[in-house]
Amino acid sequence: MKTLVLVEHEGGAIKDATLATVTAASQLGDVDLLVAGSGIGSVADAAAKIAGAGTVHVADGAHLEHQLAEDVAPIIVALMGDHDAFLASATTTGKNVAPRVAALLDVMQISDILSVEGEDTFTRPIYAGNAIATVRSKDAKKVITVRGTAFDKASREGGSGSVSEADAGASSGKSSFVGAEVSKSERPELTSAKVIVSGGRALGSSEQFHALIDPLADKLGAGVGASRAAVDAGYAPNDYQVGQTGKIVAPEVYLAIGISGAIQHLAGMKDSKTIIAINKDEEAPIFQVADVGLVGDLFKIVPELTEKL
Amino acid sequence: MKLLVAVKRVIDYNVKPRVKMDGSGVDLANVKMSMNPFDEIAVEEAIRLKEKGAATEIVAVSIGPAKAQETLRTALAMGADRAILVQTEEEVEPLAVAKILKGIVDEEQPGLVILGKQAIDDDSNQTGQMLAALLGWPQGTFASKVEVAGSDVTVTREVDGGLETVKLNGPAIVTTDLRLNEPRYASLPNIMKAKSKPLATKSPGDFGVDVAPRLETLKVLEPPKRQAGVKVGSVDELVAKLKALGVAK
Ligand SMILES: Cc1cc2nc3c(=O)[nH]c(=O)nc-3n(C[C@H](O)[C@H](O)[C@H](O)COP(=O)(O)OP(=O)(O)OC[C@H]3O[C@@H](n4cnc5c(N)ncnc54)[C@H](O)[C@@H]3O)c2cc1C
Ligand SMILES: Nc1ncnc2c1ncn2[C@@H]1O[C@H](COP(=O)(O)O)[C@@H](O)[C@H]1O
Repeated sequence: MKTLVLVEHEGGAIKDATLATVTAASQLGDVDLLVAGSGIGSVADAAAKIAGAGTVHVADGAHLEHQLAEDVAPIIVALMGDHDAFLASATTTGKNVAPRVAALLDVMQISDILSVEGEDTFTRPIYAGNAIATVRSKDAKKVITVRGTAFDKASREGGSGSVSEADAGASSGKSSFVGAEVSKSERPELTSAKVIVSGGRALGSSEQFHALIDPLADKLGAGVGASRAAVDAGYAPNDYQVGQTGKIVAPEVYLAIGISGAIQHLAGMKDSKTIIAINKDEEAPIFQVADVGLVGDLFKIVPELTEKL
Repeated sequence: MKLLVAVKRVIDYNVKPRVKMDGSGVDLANVKMSMNPFDEIAVEEAIRLKEKGAATEIVAVSIGPAKAQETLRTALAMGADRAILVQTEEEVEPLAVAKILKGIVDEEQPGLVILGKQAIDDDSNQTGQMLAALLGWPQGTFASKVEVAGSDVTVTREVDGGLETVKLNGPAIVTTDLRLNEPRYASLPNIMKAKSKPLATKSPGDFGVDVAPRLETLKVLEPPKRQAGVKVGSVDELVAKLKALGVAK
């Protein structure tokens, strides 16, 4: 089988999520890559070095700078003439473009796969991860998004793909990029952090969230996450949200601080290797999944913990 | 402009889904069902656009069993003007839902279609993007802000790295994220009024759509259970655990 993987990149760097998607694709067959963007020669060269890379198709054009789904989907559809499966990461980028490709190819997308069980059979979470479905696709071509935490990352080195120019097409003229507010952080990205410290509604305010969570995260070299309640209340920006509808994370250690453990939150973090919970309510559902729990007031515990580390 | 809103009847978000013993699916017998939370946000956004004068009429659509009428009545009670139920007892996959919605769009000619970003049962996150592709329309997915000026729609999107704003030349598709708005509750008088609002019933065949599934579900299992761990009694013990895990020096 010949697969095509969409390479996600930002500021010239290929995202870790893409490396996991390459691993999923390699379980299906040969892996070609697509790099779309503007002035992306160096990204294409880096993509060709990914272990297992075949042909790296490069669609380079000024109108592709922000990789709008309206403009990228037709490029993928054209390349699917000689590929059997298209795979993208289940990130906001992948989720935006892949269903558009699927509809244009008249196939049903298989979202957020956890494993490849055969060339047409996959597992995927449904109901916020409370059930795992094994599904078989009857479509001739497959369109798949891949959960990054479920697959090992392919190596960034060792590949010897060949770079090939693809038709970049033209702007659809129907959508345009206006601007972005990119959160800047020196901390590790949530989806690849080894340790995550997450805060919930109990933090009470943005000031307290940052005054308590940030120093602890700094001590542990951790990424910072949040529950939906904390994000909705404005304690943390939207891209911190962990859960069914936020980011899916699986660090070595996840610290849930003042988070109750609603199923929608658990959906995003329960595959973490070790879960540590701090909560004043010993009945909080988070303790049902926590490996280590400490019952008490986070406003006392967290400063003491940060200090003692 | 006319607005179309897609609403799905799903398991209530407060209910913990139970997997059937025989591995055939999730047990929905006697389970509370509600409007998909993202679709409530979609309905609310449509109403706000109408209140602002940016929209003239709101049509709510659901594809599902006869009971999905209740979901549509909820949308009408919130403030939608009329509803269309495309009735089928089959489970309809996002691709077929998108095709049916395209049929409705062709008939109704809305300037904007608002959907949820994700149904909390199948967690597919596909239907809006698929509908946009089938129509050849632009899409603003995962919206946390929507502004309509004439036929243009400006959408702020929640993306992994923060926020992104795009401008769409309508007609367009928008899918909602959680922070777009806080849906209102329907008042009792509005619930009564909704009973007499028009609700048309159609079938997938009316739109020439074959709803036969493309994905065959072989089995549905519970995820591996996590064992509850230990409670520690003090911060010092927690520090020791963190050291043992190798994440603290
Ligand atoms: C469609 C939908 C999607 C959703 N998606 C997500 C998602 O992706 N991610 C997500 O997180 N949520 C999501 N939610 C929301 C989810 O249902 C919960 O509402 C949310 O996770 C609760 O956040 P929380 O645990 O911070 O707040 P709460 O549930 O209010 O919990 C606060 C906790 O802090 C504890 N506490 C209070 N004070 C202290 C103190 N001083 N010291 C120690 N502990 C204290 C309390 O005992 C309590 O357990 C979603 C909901 C819906 C409907
Ligand atoms: N059967 C349906 N009836 C009406 N709307 C639906 C249906 N299925 C999906 N949708 C819409 O599509 C959105 C995304 O669903 P999904 O792609 O299944 O995650 C939902 O939030 C609804 O707005």
